[in-house]
Amino acid sequence: MNWYGIWAIYRYEMARFFRTLGQSLVSPVISTVLYFVVFGAAIGSRIQDVSGVSYGAFIVPGLIMLSLLTQSISNASFGIYFPRFSGTIYEYLAAPVSALEMVLGFVGAAATKSIFIGLVILATSAFFVPFHVAHPLWMALFLLLTAITFSLFGFIIGLWADGFEKLQIIPLLIMTPLTFLGGSFYPISILPPFWHTVSLFNPVVYLVSGFRWSFNEVADVHVGVSLAMTLFFLGLCLAIVQWMFNTGYRLKN
Amino acid sequence: MPSIISIRGVSKTYASGLTALKSVNLDIHQGEILALLGPNGAGKTTLISIVCGIVNKSTGSVLVDGHDNVSDYRITRRLIGLVPQELHLSIFEKVWDTVRFSRQLYGKPHDDAYLEKILKQLSLWEKKDAKIMTLSGGMKRRVLIAKALAHEPRILFLDEPSAGVDVELRQDMWRVVRALRDTGVTIILTTHYIEEAEDLADRVGVINKGELILVEDKHALMDKLGQKQLTLELLKPLAKLPRKLAAYGLELAAQGKELVYRYDARNARHSMAEVLQALSAAKIAFGDLRTEQSTLEDIFMGLVKR
Repeated sequence: MNWYGIWAIYRYEMARFFRTLGQSLVSPVISTVLYFVVFGAAIGSRIQDVSGVSYGAFIVPGLIMLSLLTQSISNASFGIYFPRFSGTIYEYLAAPVSALEMVLGFVGAAATKSIFIGLVILATSAFFVPFHVAHPLWMALFLLLTAITFSLFGFIIGLWADGFEKLQIIPLLIMTPLTFLGGSFYPISILPPFWHTVSLFNPVVYLVSGFRWSFNEVADVHVGVSLAMTLFFLGLCLAIVQWMFNTGYRLKN
Repeated sequence: MPSIISIRGVSKTYASGLTALKSVNLDIHQGEILALLGPNGAGKTTLISIVCGIVNKSTGSVLVDGHDNVSDYRITRRLIGLVPQELHLSIFEKVWDTVRFSRQLYGKPHDDAYLEKILKQLSLWEKKDAKIMTLSGGMKRRVLIAKALAHEPRILFLDEPSAGVDVELRQDMWRVVRALRDTGVTIILTTHYIEEAEDLADRVGVINKGELILVEDKHALMDKLGQKQLTLELLKPLAKLPRKLAAYGLELAAQGKELVYRYDARNARHSMAEVLQALSAAKIAFGDLRTEQSTLEDIFMGLVKR
């Protein structure tokens, strides 16, 4: 393993994050605060408890997931797309760095950043609603797995995109609906039967459900199913990245 | 001389359908400076990108120091440094940071003393804390060279090193290239400036339309293909060339004011002395004479036009 190489990539990516730390943190924190004001205080006060959990506390895991997904995708996709766009990718390709090592560096940094943001949002939430984490280890596991999986997904988008528009299109067209329909703000059991079934094809449902279970043991699906689906999606992303590197897709052709 | 890079039957057809290389064979000798000449789009950059691992080849094999550049990529890539044609740099970074990054990326532990030596050699040391965006184009190119040398490669590829570089910097860069060669580094440069190849290279390869037309020792190439020309400035202009002299292959030029004798450096049909004797026998007096030798540029144009 080229540990120095992985560290070089990771450190370079993190340096970019810390250079713009203010911007990186301000926007997710502000949007979370807005969600709490609107959904937690204004609307939430008129909504009944969900399975014995106040609505404000119910949406905390969903909001963290929402930021975690979007941040992971945007960090990782931009991280790999920008060197492709600026041409500096040549150095990564010419260096004795394997596909796995590149992924560890880029995806590792993107996941670190989004976990960092996720934790900041968790801390911010504590100012608005009292909540408690029933299974901290499970919470940490879901946080980690989701950050890695969606950073990998972002990495794939960053490799696939051949323009800044495409870099935006997947998060906008696919991820926003998936997250909003993924049970971040409501339990999917309240949906009509048809939409309930449709929701089960949405991977985000499993992430949010598992993550929420780790907080207050309220879940749409069994936590084991959540974990299995998360791992499945992780494996799928890994396989796609591996295929891209093996064939040189958009990199070496 | 042992070859450090051995390219066999390498071809490349891009996904777009463009065939950039057609079965290229090339041996690069250890410690030499090889110049790859060719017009734009000839396949020079594709060839070096394949050796460096940036582009996948369609067929063929590349051995670097005896190792396959795909299956043993970790070994071969450590041996190679690449200076790309375009100024691909992270402009927000500082010179020192980007050079350190390059060394680490290649799996080497820090060696600040070595990096300091390189930056001084390239006259970049004073700029080490400057952001890359504040540097001039020439300075940026030096940063690229410093990055390529950061992991102590034994082979250095320079893709069009003097594109858009002023004369002074070009001379400066050639000095650096020669100094590197003196330390045993093998250097491959692509260029379409013929004088660069003429000045620097030990051997010259010519690529055109994806084919390697020839690879020769520079002097041998110039001997073999170079034309020499003797021009005699006549005291009295001639209206017509005397028949006796036509047999020597002489031609009239400049409205009869000059006589021109063209010959191959090696296979002159007649010695210079014979030609001069014939002139004297024909009672043709000349006031001055000059000889010219064809440059690599002439040779190159001749090859590419074929």
